[in-house]
Amino acid sequence: MVFEPYTILVMVLASLYGLFVGAVPGLSATMAVALLVPVTFFMQPIPAIAAMVTATAMAIFSGDIPGCLLRIPGTPASAAYTDEAFAMTRKGMAETALGAGLVFSAVGGLFGTVVLIVAAPALADFALNFSSFEYFWLVLLGLTCAVFITSDRPLKGMITLLLGLLVACVGLGNPAGFPRFTFGNAEMTGGIGMIPMMIGMFAISEVIRFAVDTLPPGEVVVEKVGSVLSGQWALAKKYPVQILRGSLLGTAVGALPGAGADIAAWMSYAMSKKFSKEPEKFGTGHVEGIVESGSANNSALAGAWIPALVFGIPGDSITAIVIGVLYMKNLNPGPTLFTTNPQNIYAVFMLFIIANIIMIPLGILCIKVAKRILRVPRNVLMPLILLFCIVGAFAINNSLFDVGVMLVAGMVAYLLEENGFPIAPAILGVVLGGMLEENFITSMIKSDGNLAGFVSRPIAASLAAVVLLVWLAPLLKKLWLRGRRTASSTAA
Amino acid sequence: MKFNDAIFGAILLALGIVVLAVVQGYPGIPGQQVGPALFPGLIAAGLCVCGAMLLAKGWRERHAAAWVRLGDWAASPRHVLSAALVIGAVLFYMFASERLGFLPTAAISLLALMLAMRVPPGRALLIALVAALLIHAAFYKLLRVPLPWGVLMPIAW
Repeated sequence: MVFEPYTILVMVLASLYGLFVGAVPGLSATMAVALLVPVTFFMQPIPAIAAMVTATAMAIFSGDIPGCLLRIPGTPASAAYTDEAFAMTRKGMAETALGAGLVFSAVGGLFGTVVLIVAAPALADFALNFSSFEYFWLVLLGLTCAVFITSDRPLKGMITLLLGLLVACVGLGNPAGFPRFTFGNAEMTGGIGMIPMMIGMFAISEVIRFAVDTLPPGEVVVEKVGSVLSGQWALAKKYPVQILRGSLLGTAVGALPGAGADIAAWMSYAMSKKFSKEPEKFGTGHVEGIVESGSANNSALAGAWIPALVFGIPGDSITAIVIGVLYMKNLNPGPTLFTTNPQNIYAVFMLFIIANIIMIPLGILCIKVAKRILRVPRNVLMPLILLFCIVGAFAINNSLFDVGVMLVAGMVAYLLEENGFPIAPAILGVVLGGMLEENFITSMIKSDGNLAGFVSRPIAASLAAVVLLVWLAPLLKKLWLRGRRTASSTAA
Repeated sequence: MKFNDAIFGAILLALGIVVLAVVQGYPGIPGQQVGPALFPGLIAAGLCVCGAMLLAKGWRERHAAAWVRLGDWAASPRHVLSAALVIGAVLFYMFASERLGFLPTAAISLLALMLAMRVPPGRALLIALVAALLIHAAFYKLLRVPLPWGVLMPIAW
């Protein structure tokens, strides 16, 4: 399935596309996937997934390129170490920085894939026994993580989550089959289309951001980039612990709902600095942090697929889109996907391995032509992307209503992000709203409205305890800090 | 474009109240305690609480943060025009594409956007025409999306 010429061709094209999108500042990996959806809509499931897996892996790596050469991250996932990479470029070490980004991206990606291959089927086996109670708590845990762990503003995260859940309520798709918030509009009885909404939130918002961007474009400081692979083996031998730690943290953060490659990179860069033997060198053009967080952001991509495939709970905004596509292809995510269609799951694993291996040669190629990519005029590119978004949103249902949904979603996302509201919880709310309500209502009916029924099964009770703990964590932390302060003041 | 948190708080609080009012009218399901109003009702209650908290926070900070702060772009007519055209192009497509047809609508939007973003006119015109034709070919011919022909119907290919 994977080695059919058509799939291979799709992967190569998707790679080139992903490398390009990642390398152009202002175009993110999530946007790459959102723009791919209208095209993959017309493909068989495996090539469609192949296109998304390869494009994202490539885009997360190639986001390092403008970070290194222009000091502008190509995607948010490279932002954590952009200053570091640029400082290396200033020191004449651009090859090493880019090479480390490339090689350890591939290593991290492969590590995450191994975890995915081992963990996902085992989890799926376990999840087969889950009832609506467990699913209710699991979805709630995912949403809770998105609000409390991955955002520094829990109140604003909570608000975007609620807005997302509210959007998911629109239409007939609820347990009672009652049309909600449709305003008598026939198009809205089917609910708000997830794909047009995602195209709006991730692509239209970026086009708007470009249109109002008054900063001058960056200048390329490097004339020529030499051999990127030389010296990478030495780095791998020098920093094995860092590579492992970055990949492990990245996979774990990726698997947490709502947190993706960008947060993985920030966390692992900070961790690298904290545990480094030479933390004073960080920020001055030191490769250690790039090695660690470069592997973290790519391993997060694979990690995000674990909850996405097993529970249908997206680990990041990219898999949120992927889940939408899986439903369209009748590959509904969930534990049964592993028992009824195991060949599809193995094909996905295979795709991840191939994508991370072909990343190295294609990445080298991309670095060679990087200067030309960085010179692509964005004032031509952005209008083209806008037109592509319009046609793409239209193509899903051949409906102009969806084009409107895309526009509104894009404007709202832009406005919210400008004002410090995190977007990831909103996406999760939209994707998981239906599932949360269905499991909640089913559980309510099963337990006859008795809330004790929600915690009467052991796994459900444990999940409930974890949810409660995450909810109370900020409060407990505050109390603990206050307690310590009073303790130290009385001691003094 | 940045607004004081109190403005967002007030809007969210109002939204929560409206939703709560709307779901009151939803029917119950005979023989069950839970109906279609329960879930959106809970969300709306949450929105009210969060909106009120944000309103309070913004009100406390009203002296530190301006009610509305426009970005640097607001002072630059070129950027205002670009942003307006981005939104305008989508609206134009929604309302004109059926009658005018995909190709003219797309070419006009692209041309206007590129001119506003300072692409030289000759190049902008060429790119607008070629790109409209390419996207049309890709979606209409290859993916069989029924893009409208509009005024070009007599010469449709």
